[in-house]
Amino acid sequence: MPSQREIRRRIGSVKNIKQITRAMQFVAASKLKRAQDATLQSRPYRDKLDEVLADVASVLSAEEHPLLKRAGDGTRLLVLFTTDRGLAGSLNTNTIRFAARTIAESTGELRVVTVGRKGNAAMRRGGVPIAAAFEGYGDRPSFADVLPLSRLITDDFLNGTYASVDLIHPTFVSTLVQRPVLERVLPIVPSEDTEGIPGHQFLFEPNAASVLEQLLPRYVATRIYQAVLELTASEWSAKMVAMRSATDNAQELIEDLTLTYNKVRQANITREMIEIATGASSS
Amino acid sequence: MPLHLEIVTPERLAYEGEVDGVVCPGIEGELGILPHHAPLLTTLGVGELRIRTRGQEEFFAIAGGFLQVRPDRVVVMAETADLASEIDLEAAERARKDAERAMAEGFTEPADMARARAAMERALLRIRVAERRHREGPRSR
Repeated sequence: MPSQREIRRRIGSVKNIKQITRAMQFVAASKLKRAQDATLQSRPYRDKLDEVLADVASVLSAEEHPLLKRAGDGTRLLVLFTTDRGLAGSLNTNTIRFAARTIAESTGELRVVTVGRKGNAAMRRGGVPIAAAFEGYGDRPSFADVLPLSRLITDDFLNGTYASVDLIHPTFVSTLVQRPVLERVLPIVPSEDTEGIPGHQFLFEPNAASVLEQLLPRYVATRIYQAVLELTASEWSAKMVAMRSATDNAQELIEDLTLTYNKVRQANITREMIEIATGASSS
Repeated sequence: MPLHLEIVTPERLAYEGEVDGVVCPGIEGELGILPHHAPLLTTLGVGELRIRTRGQEEFFAIAGGFLQVRPDRVVVMAETADLASEIDLEAAERARKDAERAMAEGFTEPADMARARAAMERALLRIRVAERRHREGPRSR
């Protein structure tokens, strides 16, 4: 049986841990709010861009721009999005496992670009060839932050290094659920025009091809930016949940230890009373 | 009939509302859009975007993007869009100085030069739009 003092010390340290995990839980909750807002704010642009792309694509055939060409044979590139830091529950584990499965199922040459240190470490351990490694974009990713990555991918796709590019990133479904997804970015597959305005009714200035020229790199950058936002929202919600259960566990531990402490204290008192009683009767 | 205008950037919805007309920095010169304009899709340059609503004018500094005119609405998709009154003049000045310094130091990569020049252009535009706005205040006709 541990001594009273030892138990008291342990209760103290568990209380400290609880305080820290609780603080982290609240920090994560406020960052999650911001990340969710950023995701919502970015949606109109993406939707509009899809619309414009559909408008342009309806007048141009797929062969008119290299970014729209159908995927041929060749090296496949995966861009894996993970967090830089841990303490995010099973978020990174799930994403990396999903990536490993995708890699195992894929035939032919394959390279990986990692965003975030966790994914980079895992891919290195797994011996997957890494083409480039980016660190995470922090708590408040901006559109300008993702441009280097987007340019790298677009350039390498255009010069024929890769035949196709996919993103693997967690999506924020709810606070409790984040699901990894595989998303094709290149070659671009324009969605159908849902609004029913055929593209040939539009005047293009200077012409459709040059609008498309400007449009496609932005489309790629927007997709990547969206992936980063989803990652950030997922990261903070996973952290918040992980820290909440850590706080709950600490509370439970404190209750258990307090119970043990009281038992030990009671046992000591009883023992001392018996000792006094036996001492008194023997004298 | 007013014109329904939306200005979106990758990071946010910068403006949404009914306006009487809008003048955009088109890639080949200024472009004025009034109600009942024919459907149009064009690229935009770096410049000042003016919105006219009931005799009031508002200014945005915008950089890079597209203008889409549909029968029911006008959509401006820009990489950045800052309302003149919200521009941080000091930050813009700093950005201009940084770009100046970067350009003076010289480059080995032509891409870096292009980036610095673009940064410079954006900073100058923000300064111009913000200063004009501060000097004149909201204009009315």
